Amino acid sequence: MRSTAEQKNKRKRLRFQWHKQDTELTLLALPTTIWYILFCFLPMFGIIIAFKNFRISGGFLSNVFNSPWVGFKNFEFLFKSNDAWIIIRNTIGYNIIFIILGIVLPVLFAIMIGLLHNRKASKVYQTMMFLPYFLSWVVVSAVGWAFLSFDKGILNQMLVNMGGDPVNWYMEPSYWPYFLILLNVWKGLGYGMVIYLATITSLDSTYYEAAVIDGASIWQQTRYITLPMLKLVIVMLFILAVGRIFYTDFGLFYQVTRDSNSLFNVATTIDVLVYKQLKSATLGMAASAAFVQSVLGCATILIANWIVRKVDPDSAMM
Amino acid sequence: MSTRTTYETGLEKFNRTSKVVNIFFNLIFIILALLCVIPVVVVLSISFSSEESIRETGYHLLPVALSGEAYAYVVKQGTMILRALGVSALVTVVGTVLGVLLTTSMGYVLSRPTYKLNGFLTWVVFIPMIFNGGLVSSYFINTNLLGLKDSVWALILPLAVSSFNVIICKTFFKSTIPDGLIESAEIDGASQLRIFFSIILPISLPVVATIGLFLCFSYWNDWFQSMLYIDNQNLYSLQALLNSLMSNVDALAKNAASMGVSYAVLVATMPKESARMAVAIIIVLPVAFAYPFFQKYFISGLMIGAVKG
Repeated sequence: MRSTAEQKNKRKRLRFQWHKQDTELTLLALPTTIWYILFCFLPMFGIIIAFKNFRISGGFLSNVFNSPWVGFKNFEFLFKSNDAWIIIRNTIGYNIIFIILGIVLPVLFAIMIGLLHNRKASKVYQTMMFLPYFLSWVVVSAVGWAFLSFDKGILNQMLVNMGGDPVNWYMEPSYWPYFLILLNVWKGLGYGMVIYLATITSLDSTYYEAAVIDGASIWQQTRYITLPMLKLVIVMLFILAVGRIFYTDFGLFYQVTRDSNSLFNVATTIDVLVYKQLKSATLGMAASAAFVQSVLGCATILIANWIVRKVDPDSAMM
Repeated sequence: MSTRTTYETGLEKFNRTSKVVNIFFNLIFIILALLCVIPVVVVLSISFSSEESIRETGYHLLPVALSGEAYAYVVKQGTMILRALGVSALVTVVGTVLGVLLTTSMGYVLSRPTYKLNGFLTWVVFIPMIFNGGLVSSYFINTNLLGLKDSVWALILPLAVSSFNVIICKTFFKSTIPDGLIESAEIDGASQLRIFFSIILPISLPVVATIGLFLCFSYWNDWFQSMLYIDNQNLYSLQALLNSLMSNVDALAKNAASMGVSYAVLVATMPKESARMAVAIIIVLPVAFAYPFFQKYFISGLMIGAVKG
C-alpha cells in the first residue's frame, strides 16, 4: 500500500519537475509568444484609449498617461450621432443577408455540381468559380471600375446602346445594396461550394446504395440523405458566421465603393467608420466604436460557441 | 485526409440524373463559371486596349484597338512598378518564411503533452481568437510603441501568425507524428530544437505547404497594412500602388515628373487607363497561374481547418 502511494507521489513530483526539454520547448515557443504579446495582448490594454481624450503625439507612455480621462464621453458622442445607428444597421443587415445567401447558394450549387455526370467538367467549373476568391479587393475594385465607371464603364455603354441614359453608379446609393450583395456572392461562392462539396463527397456511399435498393429517386436521395448529412456543417458554419456579425469585410465596403461619400448610408459599416475616423484622427470616437465592436464581437462568439456546444459538443472551440 | 477533388459520391455510383437535367445543370455552371472569369478577362482586354480607343469609346469586353502601350509604358517607367513588385515579392517571401516558422514552432510546442507550460501557452493562442483590442489600439501600439510606421516590417509582422493556423499545426502534429519517434530522438540525446528542425519539419510537409500557401496568398494580396502604415511611396507594394492609381490617375505621372520629365507632356501622353489595368493584371497573373495547381492543397487545408482536434 505504502509503496504505491510513494510511487504516486514520485510521479506527481516528476510531473511538476522542470526538465531540460521544457526549457528547450519554451525557447522554441518564445518568438511566437513575444509576437502574441506585441500584436495581440498589448492592443488589448490599448483599449483604454476609448475612455480617454486621446491625441497621438510624443512617446507611447506619455500619450497613455497624459491624455485626460473622459469616461464614457466618447461613447455618448458616438451614440448620439446618427451615424451610430446607420452603421449598426448596415453591419448587421448585410451580415444577415450574407449569412443566408452564404449558406443557401453554396449548398444548392454544391449538390448540383455533385450530380454532374462529367467529372472533368465539374473540376473545371470549380476551378473557374474559385478564381474570385483569390483576387484582392483592390483588384476587385479595378474590375468594378471597368464596369461601373460613368463615362467609360461597360454597363453604361450597354445602357446607351439599348437607348437608355448612363447612370453615375458611384453616386447612386439605391443600387449599391444589390452590387455589394452580388459581389460578396461572386467572391465567396466558389469557396463555399468547395467546403460543402468536400463534405458531400466524404459521405459513405452505402447510404445511397441502401436508398437505391429501396427505390429512392435522385431527388429523394438528395432530400433525405445529402441534406440531412450536410446539416451539421451548415449549422456549424452558420453559428461561426453569426459570431462574426459585428465584423464586416472592410475591402468590400471601402475599396469597391471607392469610399464615395454619396454611398455613406448604404455602405458604411463599423469597420469602415473606425478606419475613416482613425485616418481623420478623431481617435476617441474611432476607439469607442472599435471597443463596442470588440466587446460585442467577443460576446457573440462566446454565445455562438455555447450554442455549438449544445448542438454538437465535439465541434465547440472550448 | 483526402486531397482529391475528384469524387466518388454514392450518388455517382448508384444513381444518376437524367440527361436533360444534366445538360441543364451544366449550362448553369457554364454561365456561373464564365461570370467568375469574364470580369478578369475584361481587365486584361482593357490593359491591351489603346489609350485612344478608351478615350473615345470607353472600356469594352474585347479591345477595339489592340495595343501593348500600357505594358511598354510600365516597362519604360519601370522604377516605380519594379520597386512595388520588389516590395511585394520581398514581403511575400520573408512573411511566408517567418510566418511558417512562428506558426509551426508554436504548433509543435503545443502538441507536446508533457510540456509544463502547455496550458498557459494554449490560452495565449486561444484568447486572441475571441477577443482583440480593435483597430485603433493596434494601430496606436504598432506605430507609437513598436515604431512600425513607414517600415516594411509593418507589412510583414502583423500578419505573420494566426491562432487558427497554429491550431491547425498543433492538430496535425498531434495526429500524425508518432510519440515514439520523438521519444527515440530524445533518448538519442537530440535537443527539442534539433528534433523540431531536422525531424518534425521535414516529415510535416503537407501542413507546412498548406500554411505556407495560405500565408503566401494573403501577403501577396494584402493592401490594408499598406493603407494603414505606409505613406512613403517607395515602400508601396503592388496592391498599394494599384490602390493609389485607382484613386489618383495621375500618381504615375507625378512620379515620372519628379524624375525630370515634363509633367504636362507626360500626362498628355501616358496611357493612364490601360496602365491601371496593366498593374491589376501584373498582380493577378501569378495568382491566376498558381492557384489551379495548389487548389487541392487549399481544399485539404480547408478540411484540416474544419476538422477540429
